[in-house]
Amino acid sequence: MSENQIKNYNLNFGPQHPAAHGVLRLVLELDGEIVDRADPHIGLLHRGTEKLLEHKIYSQGTPYFDRLDYVAPQNQEHAFCLAIEKLTGMEVPKRAQYIRVLFAEIGRIQNHLLNVCSYAMDVGAMTPFLWGFEEREILYEFCERACGARMHMNYFRPGGVAQDIPAGLTDDVRAWAERFPDVVKDIETLLTDNRIFRQRTVDIGIITYEEAQDWGFSGPNIRGCGVPWDLRKSQPYDSYDEFDFDIPVGTRVNDCYARYYLRVLEMYETCKIILQACDKLDACVGDPVKCTDNKYTPPKRAAMKTSMEALIHHFKLFTEGFKVPAGETYCAVEAPKGEFAVYLVSDGTNKPYRCHIRAPGFAHLQAMDFLSKGHMLADITANIGSLDIVFGEIDR
Amino acid sequence: MSEALKEIAEIANLKLSQEITSTEILNGELILHARRDAICKVLTFLRDDANCLFKVLVDVCGADYPNREERFDVVYNLLSMTHNLRVRVKVTTDEDTAVPSVTSIFSTANWFERETWDLFGIYFDDHPDLRRIMTDYGFEGHPLRKDFPLTGYVELRYDDEQKRVVYEPVKLTQDFRSFDFLSPWEGLQGVLPGDEKTEKEA
Repeated sequence: MSENQIKNYNLNFGPQHPAAHGVLRLVLELDGEIVDRADPHIGLLHRGTEKLLEHKIYSQGTPYFDRLDYVAPQNQEHAFCLAIEKLTGMEVPKRAQYIRVLFAEIGRIQNHLLNVCSYAMDVGAMTPFLWGFEEREILYEFCERACGARMHMNYFRPGGVAQDIPAGLTDDVRAWAERFPDVVKDIETLLTDNRIFRQRTVDIGIITYEEAQDWGFSGPNIRGCGVPWDLRKSQPYDSYDEFDFDIPVGTRVNDCYARYYLRVLEMYETCKIILQACDKLDACVGDPVKCTDNKYTPPKRAAMKTSMEALIHHFKLFTEGFKVPAGETYCAVEAPKGEFAVYLVSDGTNKPYRCHIRAPGFAHLQAMDFLSKGHMLADITANIGSLDIVFGEIDR
Repeated sequence: MSEALKEIAEIANLKLSQEITSTEILNGELILHARRDAICKVLTFLRDDANCLFKVLVDVCGADYPNREERFDVVYNLLSMTHNLRVRVKVTTDEDTAVPSVTSIFSTANWFERETWDLFGIYFDDHPDLRRIMTDYGFEGHPLRKDFPLTGYVELRYDDEQKRVVYEPVKLTQDFRSFDFLSPWEGLQGVLPGDEKTEKEA
C-alpha cells in the first residue's frame, strides 16, 4: 500500500492567539507538524505615529512614544528627547540625566519581567507570571509618584524631565532594588534549571553572530551570540558612562534559552544601576532637572505668577512650541528590546519634518521565518516569546 | 569619533569615486550621498571593506521632499559593531524610478523596503516580496507622502446589515484644524493714514 501524499496546509496563528504577544497574524505553512514557512502579517496595530508626529509640535510628540512599546514607555521617550537635544544643542543638567537613567532602568526591569514571565507562560509555567506582575505593580507606583501617570509617563522631556522626583522616592526605590534580586532568584528556581522549561527552549531558534548581524538584531537577542554589544557602554548617552555595570553575554549558542537567561541576568545588572542612580540623586537634591533655557523648557509655575517674561515663555511654548534648527540626526538608545532609534529631520520649524522610528522588534520579528523553519509548531510560541515582541512598536 | 568618520569618508571618496556624489559630516554623523543605481555596490563595499565593516543595516527609511525634482530620499543607516561607528547612505528617487533592492546584501532590508514601498510608494527593483506591510490589505495610496492628508481618504466601520466591516469616505464632524503659529503677524503694510502729513512737513 503506497503512502498517501500529504499536502502542506496553512495555519493562521493569531491575531487573537494569546501567545502571539499582541496582534500578530502569523501565516504558517505546515508539513505535518513541521513549519515550512512562517509569514508574519503585521500592521494590525498601525496608528500612523510617524505621520501624526509630522503634524504635532515637538513637545506634543513625546506621548506618542509612550504608546509605541507600552511595556517600557520611558525608553522610547528617551530616544526622541535625545534626538531633539542633539539638534538644538540643549544642555541637560546632571540631575535630570540621573533621573532619566533611573527610570530608563526601571523601564528595563518592567520589560524584562513581563517578557521572562509571559515567556514562561507561553511554554507552560503559570506561577512566574503572577510573581512578576506583583513587582511590576510596585514599579508602576514609582512611576506614578514621579509624574502622576502609571504607564504612559510622558516624563522625559526635551531638555530634561517634566518635574523633580518627590522626596523619599529614592529611599523606596533603593529598598526595592535591594530586595528585588531575591525575587528574580525565586523566579529562577522555577525556570532556569526546570527540565520542562529547558526542553522547550534549549537549542530552539538558534542564530549565529553573522546571521544575527545580517538580520539586524540588537539588544539581548544579539548578546546571546556572546557579543558584548550594548549602546549604554559602546555609545553612552546621558550619564551611562559614570555607572558601573556589566553586560551579560551568551556563552554557548544563541537559542531561546540563552535569550531568556540573558534577560534574567540583565535584571540583576539593572538593579546595580538603579542603586547607583539613587545614590547619585541623593547627592544632588535640589539641582535643576531641566534645561535652564526658557526658550526650550517651560518656566516654573510660581515664576509665572510674578514674571511677565515667564508667562510669555510659557504661552509661546505651549502654543507655538520651540523651533528646532534645520538638520537631521539618528539617535539610538539601548531600549530593553534592542536598539531603538529615532531618525529626525528638522526643517527649522516647530514640527518635525520627518521622524522615522526604528523599532528593534521590527527587525527581530522579520527573522521569524528564518528562526522557525524546520521547527515544530509548538516551537513557534517559544521563538516569538524569546524575541521579545511588542506590537505597539512594530506597527507604529 | 569624527576623525574616524573623516577617514571613512576619505576611503569612500577614494574607492567609490564613481558611485558617491558627495559626503558630509552633519552633527557628528557621516552622510554619503550615493548614486541610485550604485547603491548595491556602495553597501557591499561598506559591509566588506576591512576599514568599514558596516555589517548591520539598522534601518532603511524614506523621506519626502515634494519640491525637489526627485522628491524622495531613501536613507540607509549602517552600523559597524567592530569599529563602533555609524554611517548614513542616501539616494534620491521619484515616484516612477525604482531603487535597486539591497535584500541580497542585508536580509533585514526586506521588511524595511516593504515598509518604504508601503508608506512612500518608492519602488524597489528585484525585491523578492514587495507587498504592503503596515497598511490594511487592499489599502490605496501611500500615507507618509506629504500630499497625503493626515485624516486619510476612507474610514472603516462595522456594518450591521452586511455583517462585515465596510470602508466609507472620511466624514469629519468638525473641519480639520491646523494652526499655523509660524506666520508673522500681518500688520498694516505701508503708511498709516495721517502719517503722510508728517513726511510733508519734514
